[in-house]
Amino acid sequence: MSQIDGGRIKFGSGSDGVSYMDQDKQVLGRFQRMFGLRWKRNLTEAFIKYGLFLCAILSIFTTAGIIAVLLFEAIQFFQEVSIFEFLGSTKWTPLFSSKHFGIWPLVTGTLLTSIGAMLVALPLGLLSAIYLSEYAPRRVRATLKPILEVLAGIPTVVYGYFALLFVTPILRSISDNIMVFNGLSAAIVMGIMILPMVSSLSEDAMQAVPRSLREGAYALGATQLEVATKIVVPAALSGIVAAFILSMSRAIGETMIVAIAAGQNPNFTFNPFVPIETMTAYIVQVSMGDTPTGTIEFKTIFTVGLSLFVMTLIMNLLSQYFVKRFREVYE
Amino acid sequence: MVTTEKNLIIETKNVSVFYGDTPAVSGISLGIEREKITALIGPSGCGKTTLLRSFNRMNDLIPIARTSGEILFEGHNIYAENVDPTEIRYRIGMVFQRPNPFPKSIYDNIAFGPRINGFSGNMDELVEKSLIGAALWDEVKDRLRTSGLELSGGQQQRLCIARTLAVEPTVILMDEPCSALDPIATLAIEELMRDLSKQYSIVIVTHNMQQAARVSDYTAFITQDERRIGELVEYDDTRQIFTNPTDERTEAYITGRFG
Repeated sequence: MSQIDGGRIKFGSGSDGVSYMDQDKQVLGRFQRMFGLRWKRNLTEAFIKYGLFLCAILSIFTTAGIIAVLLFEAIQFFQEVSIFEFLGSTKWTPLFSSKHFGIWPLVTGTLLTSIGAMLVALPLGLLSAIYLSEYAPRRVRATLKPILEVLAGIPTVVYGYFALLFVTPILRSISDNIMVFNGLSAAIVMGIMILPMVSSLSEDAMQAVPRSLREGAYALGATQLEVATKIVVPAALSGIVAAFILSMSRAIGETMIVAIAAGQNPNFTFNPFVPIETMTAYIVQVSMGDTPTGTIEFKTIFTVGLSLFVMTLIMNLLSQYFVKRFREVYE
Repeated sequence: MVTTEKNLIIETKNVSVFYGDTPAVSGISLGIEREKITALIGPSGCGKTTLLRSFNRMNDLIPIARTSGEILFEGHNIYAENVDPTEIRYRIGMVFQRPNPFPKSIYDNIAFGPRINGFSGNMDELVEKSLIGAALWDEVKDRLRTSGLELSGGQQQRLCIARTLAVEPTVILMDEPCSALDPIATLAIEELMRDLSKQYSIVIVTHNMQQAARVSDYTAFITQDERRIGELVEYDDTRQIFTNPTDERTEAYITGRFG
């Protein structure tokens, strides 16, 4: 009806020099065109509505399908291997003749590289976020932030070779104890990879802190550093924590860098100098290899995948919880 | 005009504040008396707030803002080169238009200023004293650890005043402190201001002429000239301004004929 009303309004404010008869004809024509159009437009609307709904449902089905496959294969796996073996043993040798199915070597490998990456990305990312949000002049920020975000666009396979062919030789020239494949190099480069994510999301959280809070602190004689560290960072804390957790999920799920630079030796160790294997790297190893479908070796990758999924899911839920809290802070 | 020079705590000499190349206020010379309430009134956008913010160098935080002329605080130019603006803001406190408590506990809201300024005495006593000073103690003494954001708007504004009192400033600048509050909370803040003026010099920017008339000892009327630059029209005893203004623009403004 609003279109018709719109037509009336135009009619009411009618153009000069046009007789009422002409105007009536115009209006009549507009009515006809509109009713002619109406059913077409309604049809389009319906198409769009259901089309969009299908798109939305498709992604849900895909996710559900992936989870179903993971669960299906994992359940079969656990029919052959007890969950106590899986969670109790510290040996992971499904591809050897003496098979052990303890997930822990892969978990420690994953935690070693992703925690190592966080140790790099967290301080550097937070400091650059503080700089960008609180210190950088507007023009510098407008230039630096996009450049930093370009780092996020580099394919991770490039980071992997960067770790293996550039960072590892440097590390090995420092200490002879460091092997060619090691967790340290992968962790450092993965830290560089997630750095833009940490700093960009943290910077967003800091920018969201109202200017009035900063002014309130300045008015009490606070310096720029005090405002940044004692007002802005605490006020943005849950957003910053969410950024860390999201980046941590990214690090846990990262594959190429660790597959290339960290090795493929499931070692139950937190020693960053020796070859290790992460959950993701193991999945690559088996998927790329010639493991026959349906064997227990083949099923392990689904079980490992499910474990990985559970880990990142917990991380993402934690992050959502913090983001929600973050919204409540100053409203 | 106010001429008792020895009692001036702030004195501006030909102060202009520019945003970029455009002056917001120009050629302001006035003196703020010690332990009195001075109100800055004038139509929206005339530069009252800009002028107020130049008194504690808050305009420094706006990259494009620039101040010319001299502002003497206890006889020293606060815009001189060797002056640390944080030191100025510590001596000249500010309360803002909208209450802006930190998202911290009531206690920490008060303790923040003293802590960063190296206070080493008994913090509990200082917090209590500041809250009593801001007439908030009785309402919050049992919940000092709850967030300052859980208080009502009027309480939040008194918390912000208490926070300012805690660093023991000499001057308190108030930028339309009641504009976001209901009439009852406004009355409470106004009463508080009268009490505070026994110890502190207060400068208040207000849109509300009744408020200026009720609380202030002196009133400065600022308005824009034809180039939209703020200028000081008249500055005198509040009673004089409201009963017998000398400038016809002042009279027009206070009688509600423009602005």
